[in-house]
Amino acid sequence: MESTAALTGSVPLLGAVGALSRSPGERAVAVGIRGVSKHFGAGDQLVYALRGVDWEVYAGQMSMIIGPSGCGKTTLLSVIAGILNADAGVVELFGADVTRMSDRRKTVFRARNIGFVFQQYNLLPALTAAENAAIPLVIAGASKVRAVEKARAVLTTLGMGKKTESLPNQLSGGQQQRVAIARALVHEPRLLVCDEPTAALDHETGLNVMELLRDAAVRPGRAVVVVTHDNRVFHFGERIARMDDGRIVEVIEQHGDPRKNLPASH
Amino acid sequence: MNWIAMKMLVGDKAKFLGIVMGLTFAALLITQQGSIFCGLMCRTAGQVFDINGADLWVMDANVRYVDDVKPMIENNLYRVRGVRGVKWAVPLYKGNARAKINSYGYSADPIAARRQRETEAAGGRVAWTKHEVIEQVILLGLDDASLVGAPPSQRILAGDLGDLRRPDAVIVDFTRLRKLYPGEDWSKEPPAKQLYSNEKIDGSFYNRFLGRDIEMNDHRAIIVGVCVATRTFQSNAVVYTTYSRAKLFAPQERKVLSYVLAKADDGVAPAEVAAEIAKQTGLRARTSHEFVWDTIDYYLKYTGIPINFGITAALGFLVGTAIAGQTFYNFTLENLKQFGALKAMGATNLRIVGMIMLQATVVGLLGYGLGVGLAAGFGEAMRGGELAYYTPPHLLPITGGAVVMICILSSLVSVRRVVVLEPAIVFRG
Repeated sequence: MESTAALTGSVPLLGAVGALSRSPGERAVAVGIRGVSKHFGAGDQLVYALRGVDWEVYAGQMSMIIGPSGCGKTTLLSVIAGILNADAGVVELFGADVTRMSDRRKTVFRARNIGFVFQQYNLLPALTAAENAAIPLVIAGASKVRAVEKARAVLTTLGMGKKTESLPNQLSGGQQQRVAIARALVHEPRLLVCDEPTAALDHETGLNVMELLRDAAVRPGRAVVVVTHDNRVFHFGERIARMDDGRIVEVIEQHGDPRKNLPASH
Repeated sequence: MNWIAMKMLVGDKAKFLGIVMGLTFAALLITQQGSIFCGLMCRTAGQVFDINGADLWVMDANVRYVDDVKPMIENNLYRVRGVRGVKWAVPLYKGNARAKINSYGYSADPIAARRQRETEAAGGRVAWTKHEVIEQVILLGLDDASLVGAPPSQRILAGDLGDLRRPDAVIVDFTRLRKLYPGEDWSKEPPAKQLYSNEKIDGSFYNRFLGRDIEMNDHRAIIVGVCVATRTFQSNAVVYTTYSRAKLFAPQERKVLSYVLAKADDGVAPAEVAAEIAKQTGLRARTSHEFVWDTIDYYLKYTGIPINFGITAALGFLVGTAIAGQTFYNFTLENLKQFGALKAMGATNLRIVGMIMLQATVVGLLGYGLGVGLAAGFGEAMRGGELAYYTPPHLLPITGGAVVMICILSSLVSVRRVVVLEPAIVFRG
């Protein structure tokens, strides 16, 4: 598969990341979070969404953030993805401190290094599946023709080869989510953030999408973070952070058959 | 990213058309009302436009516009002729006259007229209806010798200009003939649109009026020609005759000279000669161009016309802004999540603002083109009719500016929403 730099004809400068640091167990740390806090509102409306969160996400595995509604999962994911600024603490993505980046640099960093999968897919209704999947490459500066060409190739690997010219409203929910996954992967990001990717899907389609994510997205050197409250898919997570009231209250490592270590429910 | 912006814009056809229609409506209303306004203003000075050949209009010092005739003593003609730089000077009479016509023809009642036609077609004896019409007309008395100020030959529909020198001769403007002769079969008249075109037209229909009598202020006159005159603000028919005959038709007054039409010597600027005439005679002397603007200025200052049209044009601007702005803003709001997703994926504010500006520019150009096109079509359809309609080239950039303003105002609100938009919005289900 052609690299993003090759497609855009330039070497990413602003978004360049350093070498991965190693955890004590010699696993590469993709995302390092230390003492991250975030609040919303003021006065009577003040809500603490994150209260000094520490966590690490490793490359080459699928990490999950689970917990009840309003516990801060999505806020944590937004901070990790660099689309929400933390009030305090440090967030390092592949060794780069995103909390100290300017907005512009952060935007370029996201464009080069992060892929997004949204709960509601957020596909542009007027664009075909291939055009939607090509957007990150276009943002990175690739020509439409080359970007769509590569997007078609990615869609084909995800089993959507016959639907590349379909509009979103001609696709089922599962197919739309596949397009969203293709869009998240097309520029070969090093971090994939997925917000409730199965929430709008039925059980079987949700499992298929998670399998697809695991098979297509999890690669050495790439980290995948999934926020979900769907306990039917918890077994896909190799490292699960359970959150409650703005804190990570438990980190579960799942090895072998992960189903055996799963929490019954969150 | 531009293609994405364009696909987003035209993706929802109903909204896209809504925005374009809003801008089209604004552009149409501004251009159309502006054109009617300009057309009306040009009509106020229609007779100045129609007088060809003379560079200068000399008049009483208190005259403010072309219809504000303040008669002078005829001696002033010779005083003007005596000013250095004046090549020639001729008198012009301009006044109102009462035209009275007795004629026979078809009845004004359609049913009776149909019966008359049927009888005529069957070769029977038709009982023609008598019509007595009294109509106010504008009487123009041209210099007997030179006929300076007469309509050019291509605007003479029937008869000959030279016949104006025959006894009691008048040339009548075609516009009010229908009113003066209601008994004629007007279905055969050429369309007015054709008559106002610059092409040579077949005016044989009007030959039937040649030789007919008219009473001009109780004096007998004979129609020797039918011409096309620029419509006037009051829309009265124009009747041309010679200066000496006009004096006969006009009520007896000591002063009868309305204007002196003069020509500047070759190589001398008319404005310089005008200044010299004013200095030497104490009369007011204006070039034709200045007199047109004097007349238009008068109507602008002393009538409510600009305010009325200004209000309508402003209303068009406001309604266009409201429709286009609201639809465009709604369009942006509905795409807010998509814009948020683009921002999350790394699109900078600048690029997204660029996308919105491109969308605004495209709908602006389409709305402007359609609006101006429709206004031009409207003007073409109305050409030659009663409606005053003139679209000067200057009006188009004004309309363009208004449409650009609407687009800027609409997109600014949208841009603001997108710029302050937190990309984290995309994670809210």
